[in-house]
Amino acid sequence: MKRLVVVGNGMAGMACLEQILAYTPRFEVTVFGDETHVNYNRVLLSSVLAGEKTVDDIVLHPLEWYRQHGIDLRLGVRIIDVDAVAKTVIGDDGSVTPFDTLLMATGSSAWRPPIPGLDQDGVFVFRTLEDTRELVERSGPGVKAVVIGGGLLGLEAARGLQVQGCDVTVVHLMSTLMERQLDPDGGQYLAGKMEDLGIRVLLGRSTAAVLGNGRVEGVALEDGALLEADLVVVAAGIRPNVELARRAGLHVNRGIVVNDHMETSHPDIFAVGECVEHRGVCYGLIAPLIEQGKVLAATVTGNRGPVYAGTVQAAKLKIMGVDVFSAGDWSEQHAEPVRYEDRALGVYKKLTVRDGKLVGVILVGDTADSHRYMEWLRGGHDLTGQRRHLLFPPPAADAGVDVAEMPDSATVCGCVGVTKTTIVRAIHERGVNTLSQLKECTRASTGCGSCTRLCQALLRAVAPEFEQEKKKVICACVPFAEDQLRDILRSQKLRSVQEVLEIYGNGVGCEVCKPALSYMLDMLWCGNHDEDRSARFINDRVHANIQNDGTFSVVPRIRGGVTSPAELRRIADVAEKYDVRMVKITGSQRIDLLGIRKEDLPRVWADLGMPSGQAYTKGVRMVKTCVGTDFCRFGTQDAIAAGIEMERRFEHLYTPHKVKMAAVGCPRNCAEATVKDIGLVGVEGGWQVVVGGAAGKGVRKADLLATVETTQQALEAAELFFQYYRENANYLERTYDFVERLGIEKVRKDTMYAADGAKHGLLDRLRKSKTRARDAWHEGQQPRHPTQFIPLIPMETLA
Amino acid sequence: MTDYQWVRISSCDSVPVREGRAVHVADREIAVFNLGDRFLAVDNSCPHRGGPLADGIVSGPSVVCPLHAWKIDLETGCVARPAAGPSCLTSYPVRVDEGTIVLGIPVEMAAVAAGRSNGEAA
Repeated sequence: MKRLVVVGNGMAGMACLEQILAYTPRFEVTVFGDETHVNYNRVLLSSVLAGEKTVDDIVLHPLEWYRQHGIDLRLGVRIIDVDAVAKTVIGDDGSVTPFDTLLMATGSSAWRPPIPGLDQDGVFVFRTLEDTRELVERSGPGVKAVVIGGGLLGLEAARGLQVQGCDVTVVHLMSTLMERQLDPDGGQYLAGKMEDLGIRVLLGRSTAAVLGNGRVEGVALEDGALLEADLVVVAAGIRPNVELARRAGLHVNRGIVVNDHMETSHPDIFAVGECVEHRGVCYGLIAPLIEQGKVLAATVTGNRGPVYAGTVQAAKLKIMGVDVFSAGDWSEQHAEPVRYEDRALGVYKKLTVRDGKLVGVILVGDTADSHRYMEWLRGGHDLTGQRRHLLFPPPAADAGVDVAEMPDSATVCGCVGVTKTTIVRAIHERGVNTLSQLKECTRASTGCGSCTRLCQALLRAVAPEFEQEKKKVICACVPFAEDQLRDILRSQKLRSVQEVLEIYGNGVGCEVCKPALSYMLDMLWCGNHDEDRSARFINDRVHANIQNDGTFSVVPRIRGGVTSPAELRRIADVAEKYDVRMVKITGSQRIDLLGIRKEDLPRVWADLGMPSGQAYTKGVRMVKTCVGTDFCRFGTQDAIAAGIEMERRFEHLYTPHKVKMAAVGCPRNCAEATVKDIGLVGVEGGWQVVVGGAAGKGVRKADLLATVETTQQALEAAELFFQYYRENANYLERTYDFVERLGIEKVRKDTMYAADGAKHGLLDRLRKSKTRARDAWHEGQQPRHPTQFIPLIPMETLA
Repeated sequence: MTDYQWVRISSCDSVPVREGRAVHVADREIAVFNLGDRFLAVDNSCPHRGGPLADGIVSGPSVVCPLHAWKIDLETGCVARPAAGPSCLTSYPVRVDEGTIVLGIPVEMAAVAAGRSNGEAA
């Protein structure tokens, strides 16, 4: 068997190797990688920096894959020399490895411009997983970061650092951001968006030096300006790694020169990826490298025939909320520009047309049509008949891309080069039904991920048993599943509803998503969010329950259902003073005062002198109790004390839906604890803690979470569940649906049986929220807004 | 063209952005909304069951009634959900004059109201 040695364990090398392995005969393969990690998706490093993905998420080939294919993987070994005559490679570990065929996939390195001071501690490039890890470690709130270079990578690094909490300034030599992908107008739109995110952008400014005494302190610009900096990221471009090829005596210009069959000047040495120069072009984006790999695989395995003819370059900026797409030649020389822009929306689109064909595209702010344009670009589509609909497709056909109308040869995944036919065939012949199966089977959607929707549309149209993996989205205004949205809000450090709607939604929102987002932000930031009352239902603006005539009901908190003559007297006085239409004993062992006018609420609360019972909100309602050991001859536990303590620990907090609780002193269950969201059931020698009970629209007996000995343990179990529910349930999902959906085993595993760290996390966050939580009725005395409870009084009357 | 009598209501900041407030003018209760870039006003009574629209959640140029989630287009006063129908509320033009919300009341409506209140006074 022939020996194939691959130098470079990156995306291009491994994609090519994957293709080679698909042919027979087989090689004996050795792969050298100077990084210590298995092949990962370098394109997504910015998502790791931005906290949207974990290191595990971006692994492309796990160790298992190398093992399965019998590949000898040597990680952390740099090949320092090639002997093209003896046909061996020499590693920096002293190893000498013979080859019959050598594949160079050495990629490229970050270019360090000749700026003095770059050798100091605190200066980074952004190229590898290791760089990313270090950046994550060194960044944080208050850290001042300067990114030198406003290209694709520089901007993604800037956003990532900012998400990590840094104060970020981008210094760009040119007067246009991403000038290789955008014209000056497009660049301006992008700069505006970056500034909106809170990133400072300095254009047309050249860096003179990085200052500091061995450790970065600042950046000096040519025009004399000084920027403070604790961290400097150099993103000034990449240079192909060609040193090894030179040593092997290959023909090298800027990159290793290859022909259309991907052959170098040596018959047994091949090259692929960013290190290669084809027809005078060195590519730095993923799609061309994968196309090259396919051609090279044919050549290497003796199936020489397919040719590589170059690729239409396309780039997409991966910053959530900042959509930028650029492809082809968008210069207006010898081409007809077609333009659309809307400053208020921040949308800029430009197409360039030459001889009736699309040759270039720039999209900023709305990239929904990028696939259609790519198809036109690649296919050299004649647009004469469509000239009036270039930017706005005729009505009805505007649903992105209609999969039925797509030609079979159309490329769906531009990164990996997967066509519609390939996907349809995978669905029919290999029984693919889900997106993850499709990824596994065709590798589609494993690059930048921008074709995910298209893949799903195809699955939906073709697969007989398509299973939508995506969970229900919260609402059309913000089309994300709730758990995904929680991750986004957390990682992107979003603290206000309007901000979320503007970046991830339609900028408007509605009565469904606004309260849901309000809750999520309050929960995620433990109350330290930007509270926006306009996003709350009226009940949460005035802390009372609106009735069918526009008046409100008031339910003071009566913890554990235990009150006093003085309290009852005050309640009676209030009822008379404010003409309360009805005084009602509720099912929650509390008293409801119905028919109160909004403007009377502050005085009613003051006169009652009792805390809010939260009967109007998705929050902590009550803990019902029986008299327990205090009076009852059957009581085994002090249900009243335990119930009141539980109510104190949770009161004033908000929850995905209302939470009703009970504590009973014996299994006779007089306060119905087994049909409550959380119930404590006293037994001889301890407590049973039950969760997920219901006695509403449906009836559900609560599941046993734990049996414990002491009241403290019971309360802690309740706390664990309570916070777990707050963090993981969907908005408006009651505990009984939540527990039913997850299964009590999973709930137990994640709460009672969780590792100490996870438990402490839950309890800590609960405590943090609790520390910030206030009795909402305090706003009666200190309103958030002067007209919170009162109507406007006209300044003049009608004449 | 309808003629309006313009009534000075309150300073602009008395209605928070994306919220509404009720005001009693010309014998009517009117809901005034602050949309951030402008103010809109309609009768404060949902055509469905009379819910207080000023207490609703604002969604773009619409408000959602707090009682049964009917959606009212604030520009026209017409029902946008459950189904666009003929039932429309009166909508009132709003001007901003040196930081003050000024509401336009159709003159006939204003005259009737003024006559009634004068009559009561007499």
